[in-house]
Amino acid sequence: MGRREIKVRLNGTDRRLEVEDQVLLIELVRSLGLVGTKLSCDTEVCGACTVLLDGRPVSSCTTLAIEADGRTVETIEGLADGTRLHPLQQAFIDRFAFQCGYCTPGMIMAAKALLDERPDPDAAAVRHWMEGNLCRCTGYQTIVEAVLDAADPARRLP
Amino acid sequence: MVLRRFDVHRATSVAEAVALRQRYGEDAAVYAGGTELLLAMKLGVARWPHLIDIKPIGPLRHVAATKDLLRIGATVTHWELERDPVVAKALPALARLEAGVANIRVRAAGTLAGNLAFAEPHADPPALLVALGARVVLESAAGSRALPVSELITGMYQTALGPDELIVAIEIPLPARDVRIAYVKFQVLERPSVGVAAVATVRDGRFVGAPSVVVGAVDEVPRAVPTAELAGADVRDPRTAEALAQAARAAVDPSDDLAGSADYKRHVVGVFAQRALGSLMAGAA
Repeated sequence: MGRREIKVRLNGTDRRLEVEDQVLLIELVRSLGLVGTKLSCDTEVCGACTVLLDGRPVSSCTTLAIEADGRTVETIEGLADGTRLHPLQQAFIDRFAFQCGYCTPGMIMAAKALLDERPDPDAAAVRHWMEGNLCRCTGYQTIVEAVLDAADPARRLP
Repeated sequence: MVLRRFDVHRATSVAEAVALRQRYGEDAAVYAGGTELLLAMKLGVARWPHLIDIKPIGPLRHVAATKDLLRIGATVTHWELERDPVVAKALPALARLEAGVANIRVRAAGTLAGNLAFAEPHADPPALLVALGARVVLESAAGSRALPVSELITGMYQTALGPDELIVAIEIPLPARDVRIAYVKFQVLERPSVGVAAVATVRDGRFVGAPSVVVGAVDEVPRAVPTAELAGADVRDPRTAEALAQAARAAVDPSDDLAGSADYKRHVVGVFAQRALGSLMAGAA
């Protein structure tokens, strides 16, 4: 209690980490150099800090790090295979689905959770799913198109 | 924001959680999804040196239905209720409501029981649960009791939960097959500004008995709308809609805030009461 060791499968690698109970998941991942996960609203509203916990999207700004014990954590750094981008990452580039880019890691992690559960969503499903991820640059249209592109197997990288 | 130091105690049984509540009293809070609790602690509006994590308690994770009752364990999340096949079959209106709670991340972590225990006024589930006559099952050292959701929520962030009590489940009486259920809401920010739940039986274009209508999110607590005079009313008669809107407006006591003036909110309550009626009629066989 107070301080404990947790076992986490972080971006595909098993890690043993020592954390204090009050440490937030965003503090943990960023302290490990995974700074793609961004802090913005800090109140579970904007989605910039989205990571996947056992495949489900959570606000890492308001999730205790100890919740990751015995579970998998995926961050934006875990998506690319070497220099080969994940289809969502490539689609975001192809569609110019970001400008400043601050919301993008959270957008892509949220979209990954959608496509993992529902590989062929329509635009309405993408919009509903992504409602809680805010972007102040793009106006969202290109983001929705990028997610739909990534869902289309014809565009997947070989 | 970072959190001030605290200890998390992982309870593995209801008895252990109750014992921890007794041991730490007001120094401890029950913790599950943390979507409201951790936020309040980060913002500095609440501080507990001890959190009692009830997620390891296996029996609290279950959803089960009999012919008459849907029972939802205290650690079941919004995300799970949105997808649960038992809920989809027994009470699809709840699954639809859950699909619109907050955002995917809050739904993935937050629990229905936590939503009720926190008694945040701008919430979706309480109005529907009150309209359906749902209750919470509470455990304490003194034993078990059931409390209607309408009596659990006593004010803004205030509940009738005793100092060593724990919500272990939410029980929702299942309506008969011909009962129609609607929940409509008005929301422009992160939380609903007005939510109206309506539960009614409609036969040959008329209410059978009076509809159960509850306005949530706009006031400090969910407000039941007096509808006795609508018993047997013609659901398509414009006077029915106007009487319902008037009763709904009169049932709430909103205040001015960033979501709008009290007058504006009262107007929106009337509009959404009528939309709830329209939603009930849309389900007409």
